[in-house]
Amino acid sequence: MLDRAAHDALVAAVGSENVISDPVQLRSYECDGLTGFRQTPSLVVLPRSTEDVAQAVRACHRHWLPFVARGAGTGLSGGAMPVADGVVISLQRMREIVHIDPVDRRAVLQPGVTNLDITKAAAAHGLYYAPDPSSQQVCTIGGNVAENSGGAHCLKYGFTTNHVLSMTVVLPDGEVVTLGEDTDEQLGPDLRGVVIGSEGTLGIVCDITVRLLRVPETVRTLLAEFPSVTAAGDVVSDLVAAGIIPAAVEMMDNLAIQAAEKAVGAGYTLTTPAALVVELDGPASECEAQFDQVRTICERHGCTRLHIAETAAERAKIWKGRKAAFAAVGRISPDYIVQDGVVPRTRLAEVLSRIEDMGRDAGLRVANVFHAGDGNLHPLVLFDDDAGELERAEQLSTDIAELCVELGGSLSGEHGIGTDKACSMPRMFGEADLSTMDSVRAAFDLRRLCNPGKLLPTPRLCGEKPGRYRPHPLEEAGVIERL
Amino acid sequence: MTDSSFDATNPPSRELLNDCVHCGFCLPTCPTYQLWGEEMDSPRGRIYLMDLAERGEIELEGAFTEHIDACLGCMACVTSCPSGVQYDRLLEATRPQVERNVPRARSDRWFRNGIFALFPYRRRLRAAAIGGALYQKLRLPALAERVLPPRLRAAQALMPQVRLRSAFASLPRRVRAEGEPRRRVALLSGCVQDVFFHEVNTATQRVLAAEGCEVLTPRDQGCCGALGLHAGREPHARERAKQTIATFEKLPVDNIVVNVAGCGSSMKEYGHLLADDPEWTDRAEAFSAKVRDITELLAELEPRAERHRIDAKVAYHDACHLGHAQGIREQPRSVLRTVPGVDLVDLPDAEICCGSAGIYNMVNPEPAEELGERKARNVQAVSPDLLVTANPGCLLQLRRYLDNVPMLHPVQLLDASIQGRRPTEAPMTE
Repeated sequence: MLDRAAHDALVAAVGSENVISDPVQLRSYECDGLTGFRQTPSLVVLPRSTEDVAQAVRACHRHWLPFVARGAGTGLSGGAMPVADGVVISLQRMREIVHIDPVDRRAVLQPGVTNLDITKAAAAHGLYYAPDPSSQQVCTIGGNVAENSGGAHCLKYGFTTNHVLSMTVVLPDGEVVTLGEDTDEQLGPDLRGVVIGSEGTLGIVCDITVRLLRVPETVRTLLAEFPSVTAAGDVVSDLVAAGIIPAAVEMMDNLAIQAAEKAVGAGYTLTTPAALVVELDGPASECEAQFDQVRTICERHGCTRLHIAETAAERAKIWKGRKAAFAAVGRISPDYIVQDGVVPRTRLAEVLSRIEDMGRDAGLRVANVFHAGDGNLHPLVLFDDDAGELERAEQLSTDIAELCVELGGSLSGEHGIGTDKACSMPRMFGEADLSTMDSVRAAFDLRRLCNPGKLLPTPRLCGEKPGRYRPHPLEEAGVIERL
Repeated sequence: MTDSSFDATNPPSRELLNDCVHCGFCLPTCPTYQLWGEEMDSPRGRIYLMDLAERGEIELEGAFTEHIDACLGCMACVTSCPSGVQYDRLLEATRPQVERNVPRARSDRWFRNGIFALFPYRRRLRAAAIGGALYQKLRLPALAERVLPPRLRAAQALMPQVRLRSAFASLPRRVRAEGEPRRRVALLSGCVQDVFFHEVNTATQRVLAAEGCEVLTPRDQGCCGALGLHAGREPHARERAKQTIATFEKLPVDNIVVNVAGCGSSMKEYGHLLADDPEWTDRAEAFSAKVRDITELLAELEPRAERHRIDAKVAYHDACHLGHAQGIREQPRSVLRTVPGVDLVDLPDAEICCGSAGIYNMVNPEPAEELGERKARNVQAVSPDLLVTANPGCLLQLRRYLDNVPMLHPVQLLDASIQGRRPTEAPMTE
C-alpha cells in the first residue's frame, strides 16, 4: 500500500479521474504479454499529457516510489510488469497523432499511438512507418521505442532506432528533455540512441518524432514450402549470397504452420515441414528481376509448392497468418512460452536441430517462427500448466536463449530482456560490461526507481521469481530470511 | 485454493478462460478500451477478472460487475482474437451470474425491469408508440433534453419517429412466391422491428417473394429472447427461446429468416442456450440450423428478380451481431452489389460498435453517446448518399447523430431496386 502522502501527490499530479486504486481493478495490471510473471501494482495512473507524466514521475521521485511505464502491455519479456509497492504509469490516454508532415516525411506522435495507426494515418500521403512488429495492430510507439522493436521488415529497413528522429523524454527525476534532432544527422553523443531500447529504465518517452517512408512502388510476396527446415534455411543463405536484400524473409516450421492455418486459413499446406514467406519491394524492374532469382533459388532447394500473392488481399492474408502465429499457438497448446534469440544466419539449421533435440529431451514440443533473414528465432515452447510442465518449459526456454549466445548470437532479437532474461545477461556480458551498463543507468536514475529489476541482473533478486510467492532457493536453504 | 466466486450454474469454464494468452490483440477493437484506455475495460482485462473470480480471488460485487456491465457485448474481440478465445461464451456465462448474485441498486433494478417489461412485448410497444407519437407532436423531446436524468433522456432520444399506421399494421400470414417457388421460409417479424420498422418486414416479404420464396409469418410469434440473452436475463431468454421454437417448428419450411442481426445471432445460439434441457436440446438445434439472416439467404439464391438501377454511394455499416457474432460480412455486400449503380463503400473503423448494443445505450448512455458520435463522424467522412445496416438498434442509435443521411435496411434498398423506385420513396404496396 502507498502511504497517504504519496497517494495524494499522485492524485494531485494527474487528477483523481486518471488514477486507479481499486484493488480489483489494479489486478488487471499485474502482467503484460508474459503472464508467467505477475505483480500487483499499488496504483495505476493514466496521464493525459507530457506535463502529467512529468508531474507523476516527480511525485514518485519525491516519495521514493518505483514506477513502470506501460503501453499496450503486449511485451513478451515482462518489461512492463509492475514492481512491488510501485506505480504503473499507463500511456493509454495519450493516443493522439499530433502532426503529420508529408513534405518532410515526419510524424509526431504521443506514446500511446499504435504502430499500425501511424501507417494508417500516413497512407493518405503515400507514406508509411517501416518497423512492423507482429503485434503492430496493438503495440504502441512508446513501447516500440522502449524495446527498440523490429518486425518482419527490419531486415531491409532496420529497427525502431533507425526511424526515430527525436523524442521528448521525462527523465526519472521528472525533468523533461528533448533528445535527438529532427534531421538525419544526429550531433553530439547519441543520447536518443541510448534511451531507445533501454526498456523503460532511463525515463518515459512522450512525444516521438518518427521518419515516414514512401510506400514502395512494387511489393511482391511469395509463399514457398519446403521438404525440410534445413532446405528452407539454405534458401535464406543463398538469397543473401546472391546479393538480394528482401524486405522480409520469414520462416515457419510445421507446428507453427498448423497453428497459423487454424487461426487465419491463409492457405499454407498443413503437412509441409517448413515454409518461407519472401517479400521484395522497390522499383518494379528491380523487384521483378530479383523475384525471378528468388524463384530459381527456391526451386533449386526442392521447393514443394510456390504460391505467389496475386492481389493485395492475398498478400495481406499470407502476412496475417505469419503475424498471428504467436497467439495462434494457443490453438494447439494450452500454454506456451515465446522465446526470442538470435544466431548467425549460417547456423540456423544447426540451432534448429539442437532445439529439436532439447525439446525431445525435455518431453516438450517446440514450434518455430522466425525472421530468418536476420537469424532472429522465435521458438515457442508448448506446455500444459495444469500438467505441471511450467518449470520444465521455463527451463527449456531459457536453455534455448542461452544456446543462441553459445552459438555466437544474442539473448534477444527484439522482445527485450525485461524480467524474463535479466538473469541470463551474465551469459552474454562480462562483469565489466554489466557494470558499465549499470553506470549509464545510474547516470539517468540514481535512485533506481525507473523500471527497477528489469534488463540488468540485480544480484539480490536473481533466481527469485516474482508473482505468486515462491521461496528463494537461499531461503529454503536457511541462508537468508525475509523481513 | 478458495472456491469460485461464481455459483454452480454454468459458470465461465476454466477451459475457455485458459484459451486467453493475454496477447492484447483485442484491445484496439474494443469500444470501451478505445474510450477509456483502461485494462479492466478491455476484453483481455475482463477475461482476467473472470479468471480471478473463477479462482475465488475476487468477489462478483463491485468492480467486477461494473466492468462486465460496461461491456457492450459487440464481440469485436472475438473477430480480432488470434487464439480463438470464445469471449461470447464467456460473457454469456458471466452475465447471468451477475444478474443472479449481485444485488442492483433500486433505481438501476427498476430501470432494467422497466425495459424488459416493455420491449419484448409487441402490444405494450404499440401502446408506447401512441404515447410516443403524442409526445413527439407536443414537441416534448426538446423539454426532456433539459430536465431528464441521463438514462431517461437517452431512452426518449432513441425513440424513432412514430408512424402509428405502420406501428399497428399487421403482416400477411402467407405471401406466395413469384414464379417457380424455390424455397419456403418463415419470417421472424420481431418486436421492435415490427412496431417501429414495420416497413423493413414488408420489404423483406416482397423481396423474398420476388426471389421465389414463399413466406410464412406466424401471428402467434413473440420476442425471440435476444435482448434478455445479451443482458444476462437467462430465464427470460430460455422461456422466449422455447416459445419461438414451438411456434416455428410446426411450420413446414426450409429456413427461418430473420432481418434483425441481434435476433439472428441469438436464434443461432438456441442449441447452446438449451443444451442442458433434454426435452429441448434437439429441437433447439434443429431450429438453429434453419435460421438464416435475410442477406445470408439472398446470397445463397441466384438473383432472379430484375434489379433497377439506383445511382447512389451507399455506406454499409456492419452490425456487430451480424459481422462479429455471425461472421456475416460478405453476404450483405454481395447482395447490395447486385443492384446496378450502387457504389458500396466501407466505413473507417468499421469494426467498432456504434454504441447501440441491445439495451446498452439506455443503461449506459454516456459511453453509448460517445461511440454514436464517433460512428457518425466516420459515416460523414465517406459522405454517402445512403447508410445501410441490418439492425434496428443501430438504425435507432445512428439516427440520433446523423440527421442528414437517409438510413435503410439492406433489404429495403433491394426492394426499391426490384420495384424500380427511389430508395427513399415510399414503396408502392404498403
